[in-house]
Amino acid sequence: MSELIIKSTGQMISTETIDGDIATLNLGPTHPATHGVFQNILKVDGERILSAEPTIGYIHRAFEKLAERRPYNQIATITDRLNYCSSPINNIGWYMTVEKLAGIEVPKRVDYMRVILMELARIADHLVCNSVIAVDTGALTGFTYMFQEREKIYELYEEICGARLTTNLGRIGGFERDFNDIFHAKLNAFLKEFPANFEEFDRLLTRNRIFMDRVIGAGPITAERAVEYSFSGPNLRAAGLDYDVRVMNPYSSYQDFDFDIPVGKDGDTYDRFVVRQEEIRQSLSIIRQALDKMPAGDFHANVPEFYLPPKEEVYRSMESLIYHFKIVMGETTIPAGEVYYSVEGANGELGYYLVSDGGRTPYRLHFRRPCFIYYQAYPEMIVDSVLSDAILTMSSMNVIAGELDA
Amino acid sequence: MNNEILTAFINEHTSNSAVCSVDHYGMLNVNINADQLIDLVDGLKNKQGFIYLTDICASHYPEKVGAEFEVIYHLHNLIENQRVRLKVALAESNINIPTLTVHFVGANWMERETFDFYGVNFVGHPDLRRILNMDDMDYHPLRKQYALEDETRTDKNDTFFGR
Repeated sequence: MSELIIKSTGQMISTETIDGDIATLNLGPTHPATHGVFQNILKVDGERILSAEPTIGYIHRAFEKLAERRPYNQIATITDRLNYCSSPINNIGWYMTVEKLAGIEVPKRVDYMRVILMELARIADHLVCNSVIAVDTGALTGFTYMFQEREKIYELYEEICGARLTTNLGRIGGFERDFNDIFHAKLNAFLKEFPANFEEFDRLLTRNRIFMDRVIGAGPITAERAVEYSFSGPNLRAAGLDYDVRVMNPYSSYQDFDFDIPVGKDGDTYDRFVVRQEEIRQSLSIIRQALDKMPAGDFHANVPEFYLPPKEEVYRSMESLIYHFKIVMGETTIPAGEVYYSVEGANGELGYYLVSDGGRTPYRLHFRRPCFIYYQAYPEMIVDSVLSDAILTMSSMNVIAGELDA
Repeated sequence: MNNEILTAFINEHTSNSAVCSVDHYGMLNVNINADQLIDLVDGLKNKQGFIYLTDICASHYPEKVGAEFEVIYHLHNLIENQRVRLKVALAESNINIPTLTVHFVGANWMERETFDFYGVNFVGHPDLRRILNMDDMDYHPLRKQYALEDETRTDKNDTFFGR
């Protein structure tokens, strides 16, 4: 009896029933359907996948090493480049980690502003992921329309931080500037126009017989297995477990908002798609609640040792000049200690494990990158399915190369 | 569940040989030896419901002789929302620690990453290879002796800030 052993999982499958030759197929590293630099060495019998061996690290940039040499405010630009589909969540998560370490309390208004931007980022991320699932099934139309909507979210980022993709949005302690009138006008226009366009996209796919036949049952995983693999985010919820960091360990005043956690049942591509669709609606609801309840107050905490003073003050007052100099030169002192802080990133629990020895840079910074952890289940999820399902499974898992390889 | 109940459980389970402390931010830290790891994780997973492995990483303290490396595990009880951090100190001369892949399948790549960057040998790991760096690399880059910048450079000598 012949057997194939999948190296990464130690799982054995029988090849007895297979007639014909087994072929080795390199899926990636640069293949248009993988949406990033991923390599998978597949053993296939015709269309059927017998085993998969992922190789990762093609865009590894040594972020954890880089972070050990950078002052705290300069690490925000590293976090941009993790999950670059939703950079604001990474940035804000990092600021909140530093704020926790340094014991900085931010005003309620900052929390609400952050919630609005993080939910916008979540919508943008989910739009990319879900429209790309549709592209991989052959439906390009929805993708072009949803990318127009994503463009509007990027314009909102531009009003806040001037950048679009790698945003470096906000500062330790709050924001660099308050929401301005243009931002509010654009956000209101977005909230008015987006739902109709989004529901049209939803109608195009969610109950579309062809789409459903294509994605239901593709790349399933059970809840038990997903937990063993430490899944998080929409992928875990699609398998049926309602773990959401925003609810379990509320940060940035998420406890003030009323929203649901959608869960799936089978953990397949369809469930992941539908969970994300529903999360977009929930995110819109959170944004509306945050806008309605937006407290008055300052848009940053009063922490002169971390937050740059206004430029005109730097020329006039000695304290401001000193703080300006210390922040720019990276001489801010921070207490020694270690924290683990996590936020609900667009694709899962994004954690920061930060060890400080009191110096100007972190002693150790580890990113818990959700897709690095759940991508290892990919071989198991695609074995015994067909090649075209493997492509769908990968896009529906929302694996982002920047976050995977750090 | 809270930190006190968990501390009592861990003390009983390890017959008081684990050092438990709650840090400034409310997280329970448990310092244990490498040979206690499997037993304690077994207990935490099967008796206390810590079914979710959040993260594995390591850290390097070259000045701590005999405990140069530290492997850090974050476990999470999803039902009672309790987290715990396990820390295992390892000497550079004996950098072996049992694998957790038997308890959590997801530990596989996390341990490979830790091996890749720190050279921690996870005994019993099914496939302990480098994961993010190239296979023929002959050092473990996150160790502290590898400075990010070439230390022999003289053109960037900054006498005022010393870097």
